Amino acid sequence: MSIGLTLLGLLETGPRHGYDLKRAYDEHFGQDRPLHYGQVYSTLSRLLRDGLVEVDGVEAGEGPERKRYAITAAGVTDVDEWLVTPERPEPYLHSTLYTKVVLALMSGRSAAEVLDVQRASHLETMRALTRRKLAGDLADQLICDHALFHLEADLRWLELTAARLDQLAEEVR
Amino acid sequence: MTGANVDAGPLLEAADLRKSFGPTPALDGAGMRLWPGEVVAVMGPSGSGKSTLLHCLAGIIRPDSGTVLYRGAELSSLPDVARSELRRTDFGFVFQFGQLVPELTCLENVALPLRLGGMRRREAERSATEWLERLEVADVADKRPGETSGGQGQRVAVARALVTRPKVVFADEPTGALDSLNGERVMKLLVNVAKEANAAVVLVTHEARVAAYSDREVVVRDGKTRQVELAQ
Repeated sequence: MSIGLTLLGLLETGPRHGYDLKRAYDEHFGQDRPLHYGQVYSTLSRLLRDGLVEVDGVEAGEGPERKRYAITAAGVTDVDEWLVTPERPEPYLHSTLYTKVVLALMSGRSAAEVLDVQRASHLETMRALTRRKLAGDLADQLICDHALFHLEADLRWLELTAARLDQLAEEVR
Repeated sequence: MTGANVDAGPLLEAADLRKSFGPTPALDGAGMRLWPGEVVAVMGPSGSGKSTLLHCLAGIIRPDSGTVLYRGAELSSLPDVARSELRRTDFGFVFQFGQLVPELTCLENVALPLRLGGMRRREAERSATEWLERLEVADVADKRPGETSGGQGQRVAVARALVTRPKVVFADEPTGALDSLNGERVMKLLVNVAKEANAAVVLVTHEARVAAYSDREVVVRDGKTRQVELAQ
């Protein structure tokens, strides 16, 4: 995800200091990966250089950075374009799991075991996400659901592959 | 509740279950344990034998061979009357659809298991009202099942399954006929109220997102059960 465009989007709600931006980012989008201060300030200087933000004011206070940043018209245009540009749907054609299944079949190992272990691992992660979802707010629910639906898609593939192992074994041996 | 030694073991323990319908084996050496208060998902593709396993565990059908112990006593050797009594007192059931009596109101449906156990109407309906409230469907108490939405109907069914305070709730594809949002709501409430009541749940599902509400899963394939222990 583009951190620069996300920070620009946050600045559309009003000018903010770097510290406020980091907090807003972490609160809405950081989840398990909060931004480092270094990332925030290096991104802001790039946006400033490119004319997408401007310094709206400088305040005396603690710390070296008390600049307040505001989005420019060019910045708003970039956010506009980004939001309506579709994300590239992942083709998911290179799957480690598929490779493992084929290698297991080729070598006479148990491909069903490969799939079973993976299913158990997926379900364990899905349980953790479900617990987090149940304890969380709506934002948590939506983020966890997004992950849950993707993991569920993997599991559906696992089941279908499990049902086709005999057929696949004939083709790869 | 009986002696402490009984309560220390598994609630249900099935071993080497075999059951055929005609020439096709539905169960071919299946087994599993259910501990008090846990939620176990029974997963597997359609036709894998997962519903047959649930029916054997609940004493609805007798396996051709193998044993099902409920709190240490063999279920398959109990006479039909005793098994029916056990299903009424110790087990609760939630199915995909169709389990509510269409002629009765939702309140009467939930009160029904208590009434069958000899409880007076007023007391049974008071208890049923509490369960409808816990399942967030008190507003449909006076409606008949046909006048409720699918999600409401399933929550009424969950209330009815839990009203007798069973030790085990058997849920067979409880969200199978619901959209995602209603399915989530039913699962959340089912698991929450079962945990609060310390009832164990056997949850048959082919959906991973539903199974993710469980504590662990048992996979059924070709009539055999499989449990994977992941290295920590």
